[in-house]
Amino acid sequence: MTTQILIAGFGGQGVLFAGKLLAYKGMYDGKELSWLPSYGPEMRGGTANCSVIISDTPVGSPIVDKPDVLMVMNLPSLDKYENAVNAGGKIFVDSSFIERKVERSDVDAYYVPATKMAAEAGVPTLANMILLGKLLKETKVLDFEGLEGVFKKIVSAKRADLIDANLKALEIGYNYKD
Amino acid sequence: MAEKVLMKGNEAIAEAAILAGCRHYFGYPITPQTEIAAYMAKRMPKIDGTFLQAESEVAAINMVIGVAAAGGRVMTSSSSPGISLKSEGISYLAGCDLPALVINVQRGGPGLGGIQPSQSDYFQCVKGGGHGDYRNIVFAPASVQEMADMTVRGFELADKYRMVSMILADGTMGQMMEPVSLDIPEQKKYDKPWAVTGTKMERKHNIVNSLSLIPEELEQQNFDRFAKYAQIEENEVLYEEYMMEDAEVCVVAYGIAARVAKNAIVAARAQGVKVGMIRPITLWPFPKKVLNAAADKVKAFVTVEMSMGQMIEDVELATRCKKPVLLCNRAGGMIPTPEQVLAKINEAGGIN
Amino acid sequence: MVVFDKPHALTDAPLHYCPGCTHGIIHRLVAEAIDELGIEGKTIGVAPVGCSVMAYNYFACDMVQAAHGRAPAIATGVKRANPENIVFTYQGDGDLASIGMAETIHAATRGENITIIFVNNAIYGMTGGQMAPTSLPGQVTQTSPYGRDTKTAGFPIKVCELLSELEGAAYLERVAVNNVKNVKNAKKAIKKAFENQVNGKGFSLIEVVSTCPTNWGLTPLKALEWVDEKMIPYYPLGVYKDKTAEEEQK
Repeated sequence: MTTQILIAGFGGQGVLFAGKLLAYKGMYDGKELSWLPSYGPEMRGGTANCSVIISDTPVGSPIVDKPDVLMVMNLPSLDKYENAVNAGGKIFVDSSFIERKVERSDVDAYYVPATKMAAEAGVPTLANMILLGKLLKETKVLDFEGLEGVFKKIVSAKRADLIDANLKALEIGYNYKD
Repeated sequence: MAEKVLMKGNEAIAEAAILAGCRHYFGYPITPQTEIAAYMAKRMPKIDGTFLQAESEVAAINMVIGVAAAGGRVMTSSSSPGISLKSEGISYLAGCDLPALVINVQRGGPGLGGIQPSQSDYFQCVKGGGHGDYRNIVFAPASVQEMADMTVRGFELADKYRMVSMILADGTMGQMMEPVSLDIPEQKKYDKPWAVTGTKMERKHNIVNSLSLIPEELEQQNFDRFAKYAQIEENEVLYEEYMMEDAEVCVVAYGIAARVAKNAIVAARAQGVKVGMIRPITLWPFPKKVLNAAADKVKAFVTVEMSMGQMIEDVELATRCKKPVLLCNRAGGMIPTPEQVLAKINEAGGIN
Repeated sequence: MVVFDKPHALTDAPLHYCPGCTHGIIHRLVAEAIDELGIEGKTIGVAPVGCSVMAYNYFACDMVQAAHGRAPAIATGVKRANPENIVFTYQGDGDLASIGMAETIHAATRGENITIIFVNNAIYGMTGGQMAPTSLPGQVTQTSPYGRDTKTAGFPIKVCELLSELEGAAYLERVAVNNVKNVKNAKKAIKKAFENQVNGKGFSLIEVVSTCPTNWGLTPLKALEWVDEKMIPYYPLGVYKDKTAEEEQK
């Protein structure tokens, strides 16, 4: 089983970190994986994306150009990648910013107003985690359980306050019913 | 075994270098290898090492020469245009028989080119780059684990043979993260009686020098150096064979291109196409023997390269052109897709 | 009684320099300084590209031969590798002030604890007398056959003055070796430049106004006079920076 995930949005929305969290969780769950970011000028406020592959067998190319799972946090990313998604794939849309619907009928689309929900929940910078929570729920690519342990390994003790906020955001997304 | 950690390829190189005993790093900022310098800047001061951001790539490689001459384990890193600037110094390292590790995280060229991943410095790094008859040991890692492992091996062979080792990576290999185990074996200590550490008034002075105005002597130095290179070609070739047992088509690819090619091979096998891959891990010494042997069994070769086709010449030479060699390539920072590679494999499979 | 002997820090190799060239004197002064400070066993020299390219054969300490202009970068590496070593470069004007200017300035601004002996004779000697960055206005060379025209070839670079603006530089002095008095001063300055390094004071550079009778087209004696008449008026001798003296005053 191999899942190819593409996460895209504006720089600053945390798309690279969302991918990293998947990668770390995959590693601690004993999966094979790769994480590959876009790099260069687009990091400075333009669009950013990362490819994450989670697999039971060694990962070949780390480049995801035909995702099974697409998570988009802005309209340009949906426009750019919608047609690349494999038939039967899943698309996760931050509907706070993206007003249009997914046009494909051979994929499952999930709409989460993640940015709005993040603001309402008092974690305005964590829309990425809300959308990722929904992604974990619907794709089951990795267990939702055990995320706290992962955060504890990757976040320094000084920033432990961040862990609760992130876990809260992930749970909001995980429990969201659209 | 050490617990696996998730690291970028660039960071894995830096940490592996430190674990291999490198305590001196000199660099100059250039995308897409900046994480190496950033990592070194953070770590070196804490372990009594040197991180120095030089005034130019030219200065950086000469600082490398200084440390190497003084017997230290030393490295520098850059990306394509910076490697051009370092090439003078690399030639001097070769001429002085000094060990050092040079990292090239390639980007598209020529000129200022772009910043996206490329493999178009194959000729530059494998065939020379600087002036004169010399070789570098060139590693082409295809995973973050290999980025770390080849860094360690690079230092080891540089010291063993007193020459430059290079890691020829690319922007993708540098930027991607994978789990990596940093289980670095105890490093062998090499005596360096030739190093300039001061005579202590106990011996004749050491001279680290590449000037030799008597042509007979300079010729002999070249002969000696190439005798050493012949040993390396015999003993230090690294490659991976993948699904070659019954292969009729042999893909040859290195680094990130080999990762893409693996996907295509899996897809082709699913369609019943008998295809495998020989992946050079050292580009010099090049895996000539295994390729030449494969040429007696397969119908055709396909090289997958992110350049206009550079390694293909070495494949043709190694196989004595016994079988056709097709090129599947992208350039300028583009990466071939598995579909593109699959189409080329099928084309090669159709050759009779 | 021995009244004159070869310094221990010079080897027995015969110098290849032209008759009347002052490289021999400067080599000797460097070697005397090394002898007097008792540092030969821990000194590493870096030879340039230029007439003194084979300095590695003449100094008895460990030596590295650098690419053109890169001696300060190599010295930086050698010093960083083993800070207890005493590291000096010996460079000409083309090497230091033209192709190697970036390395010179940045070694100075970093306050690299090394010693640079900069031999300024206003010409490229080894390649046969081309215009140097320090060639005087109007000076005839192979590549300024009508005299250095400052409109097209610009002005000479005054290295000590230029570097004196840098906070990193500790000690800068310009000396000459065209008469006994100047040689004695030069000796003092060169010794101090090494002493500074021994005491961890940082970057020291001694510019030695020198001669090139061969490429200046003058007899050795006339060349020494030319230093007084032309070179020193343009390149005034003296201390351009001395942090160690400033520190002592405080």
